[in-house]
Amino acid sequence: MTAITKSFGGVPALSEASLEVMPAEIMALVGQNGAGKSTMIKIINGAYVHDSGTIAFNGAPWTAGSPQQAQRAGISTIFQEINLIGYRSVAENIFLGREPKRSFGLLDWTRMNTQAAALLARFDVNVDVRAPLDRFSTAIQQMVAIARAVSFDARLVIMDEPTSSLDEAEVSVLLRTIQQLKSEGVAVIFVSHKLDELYKVCDRVTIMRDGRTVAVSAMKDISKLQLVASMLGRDLAEVKKKGATAFEGGGSKIGGELLTAEHVSIGHRVHDASLDIRRGEIVGLAGLLGSGRTETARAIFAADRKTSGSIRFDGQTAEYNGPADAIAAGMGYCSEDRKTQGIVPGMSVAENLTLALMPALTRSGMLDEARQREVVERFIKEIGIKCSGPNQKIRELSGGNQQKVLLARWLCMNPKLLILDEPTRGIDVGAKAEIQNLIRRLANEGLGVLMISSELEEIVEGANRVFVLREGRTVAQLDHENITEGDVMHAMAHGHNG
Amino acid sequence: MTTAVEQKPNRLRRFDRAAFFQRYGVGLALILLIAFNLAVTPNFATSQTLAVNLTQVCTIVIVGVGMTLVIATGGIDLSVGSLMAIAGALSPMFFTGQLIPLPNLYVGIALGIVIPILIAGMFGLFNGWLITKFSIQPIIATLVLFIAGRGIAQVSTNGDLQVFKVPEFQAIAIGRVLGVPFQVWIMLIIVAVAAFVLHRTVFGRQVLAVGGNEAAARLSGIPVNRIKFLVYMICGMCSGVAGLIVIAMNSAADANLIGLGMELDAIAAVVVGGTLLSGGRATIIGTLLGALVIQLVRYTLLANGVPDPAALVVKAGLIVLAVWLQRQEQA
Repeated sequence: MTAITKSFGGVPALSEASLEVMPAEIMALVGQNGAGKSTMIKIINGAYVHDSGTIAFNGAPWTAGSPQQAQRAGISTIFQEINLIGYRSVAENIFLGREPKRSFGLLDWTRMNTQAAALLARFDVNVDVRAPLDRFSTAIQQMVAIARAVSFDARLVIMDEPTSSLDEAEVSVLLRTIQQLKSEGVAVIFVSHKLDELYKVCDRVTIMRDGRTVAVSAMKDISKLQLVASMLGRDLAEVKKKGATAFEGGGSKIGGELLTAEHVSIGHRVHDASLDIRRGEIVGLAGLLGSGRTETARAIFAADRKTSGSIRFDGQTAEYNGPADAIAAGMGYCSEDRKTQGIVPGMSVAENLTLALMPALTRSGMLDEARQREVVERFIKEIGIKCSGPNQKIRELSGGNQQKVLLARWLCMNPKLLILDEPTRGIDVGAKAEIQNLIRRLANEGLGVLMISSELEEIVEGANRVFVLREGRTVAQLDHENITEGDVMHAMAHGHNG
Repeated sequence: MTTAVEQKPNRLRRFDRAAFFQRYGVGLALILLIAFNLAVTPNFATSQTLAVNLTQVCTIVIVGVGMTLVIATGGIDLSVGSLMAIAGALSPMFFTGQLIPLPNLYVGIALGIVIPILIAGMFGLFNGWLITKFSIQPIIATLVLFIAGRGIAQVSTNGDLQVFKVPEFQAIAIGRVLGVPFQVWIMLIIVAVAAFVLHRTVFGRQVLAVGGNEAAARLSGIPVNRIKFLVYMICGMCSGVAGLIVIAMNSAADANLIGLGMELDAIAAVVVGGTLLSGGRATIIGTLLGALVIQLVRYTLLANGVPDPAALVVKAGLIVLAVWLQRQEQA
């Protein structure tokens, strides 16, 4: 594919991106959130149609009209969430939609089952093909999905983060399967955020950023650090320390211990995350996508349950039953997804702002409207929320102003710790600077802040200390003078300090 | 960029018109209907007509109030008709002295009112339990009692029709205060209390927050599960009240018929009233007006010689119109 451009409602998702895969080649496709990987994949498999550019498949110009057509032509896609039918048998799933038939349209069960078993045997999978699919582990289900893809005589198999919900043993089985595909001459596009996996199986890597293809390289010619650097858009030579963000100085008034999380693990996603935050300190939490940043933050806030590990907050053991307890203890949490987990779109600015404060605004079950107005007007002025008034619907505000309302939702609670997951994502430059200033000011006033950000400069310039997560483990802690983009990237890529 | 700026006022104007109809459309429709009837339908402006129309909608509005709260959280309750049947079937056992000997009639009537309503409320809690504890979709969870509830009512009466003549009990439906049937007063009180709760109390705000964005509500510390328990319980209790009014009107309890099809009438009233089916925005007064509009359309058609089956088609048309208006605003 060359010079592929695709826009959604005027917003370009891909601009002149390109991707090339040879037969029997395993191509890694990497990039941050929003880099355009998914769009690229969906254009190849026919779910989207590109606006411009050319695609050739097997040497001939090619446009997939639909995912079904793509599949018939030999392009199969395996998504992160397995889209097979759990309660049907393994064999049925493999042949879904083109079951072997006998006369009168009856199903030929014997042939279906033997063929399915034979297919799976090629990948060293020996299971009862008549058993329902959901009896088996996710890894086996992935394998079945791959077998299904291969049974279409696939020439190109696209795998979108197939390993994200697998454990280590299952991953190695899957990687073996991918190599098996390669040895049969099948080309594979492999999307993953786990660098080690990529280095194990892939031949080349295509790196995307902001809808463009920024680098293509043989896997053995690119270091992990270079790979991370070009994903994040950082030139290793001119990594800078100051200037790109609005964070300023600060950190002089750091107080005592506020939160300590030790050896926290959460299912498959987080294995051993540890961090601590002091009063008046901004602590950055860095890591690639899928490294367990958000999961760790949610576990601290008790939005999800941790499987093991201990958390202490404000001098007490923090064993909370849910966010309500965490809030009562003095925490606030702004989630990374403003739209689905932050704003209540149909409600007004005032109602959104006081969503968590409501219990405190209650007088014998009734809402104290006068106090609500007082609080809302104070925060609208204090942090400069641009709206026509407290009664304007929040969905009519810009992203930056919505984010300010969400910050105010917690600030009016007078919290001790604020967890900010991607606080400036999708916000224009001006509002971004205002929010960064605000965070700094609050920390100077004694608030502890845990800040997750995919933007390296935000972490490097904003944080007093940085913890780096890699594949669910805390692999590095960087102190103020050591926080450079190079160090953070190094830890993200290799799992330890320079 | 420039095109985006130019488009904005345009979008806003269209948005406003949809919002206007959304907000005042039902009231407007009601006024037009009344005006039309005053001009066309003979004997419309009589207290007789008013009483007939109001008693026809009473139970729908009372159940509709509970349904509005449930729908405000993004749920739905299909079990309301069956819960009406349970309450209606149990009540006569108390005031006719079948179950326990009565010290005096009024104690029996008090028990016959309070206990069935509480039991209906408990079945509502059961709905809430299925929905929160097992994360079952409300439409499926309440289908359980939609089916089983009527069975429970029938079994507890052996499927028999219970006929009674207890004017003191029947007063809750057919008695009059200031010339208005007592059941209409019950309806008005329930509407007033619910409207106040929904718009003025913290509970009401939390109900709307759960329906508006459940994930955000949970992360803001709102006790989402408790809110859901409560709305289904309230909806169950409203159904219980409606069930009692039905048997008081008929001076008989027939577990097979009480509240039959009520879930759909109540949902129709809620939707026509302007409550968002996906949750997050709700209006109790709207539900009252919605039920009145549906009733009055049917009455208008009947009074002017249109057969009832045809009136049903018009009712369906009203629902389509209401849903279409909702889509307009969301778009």
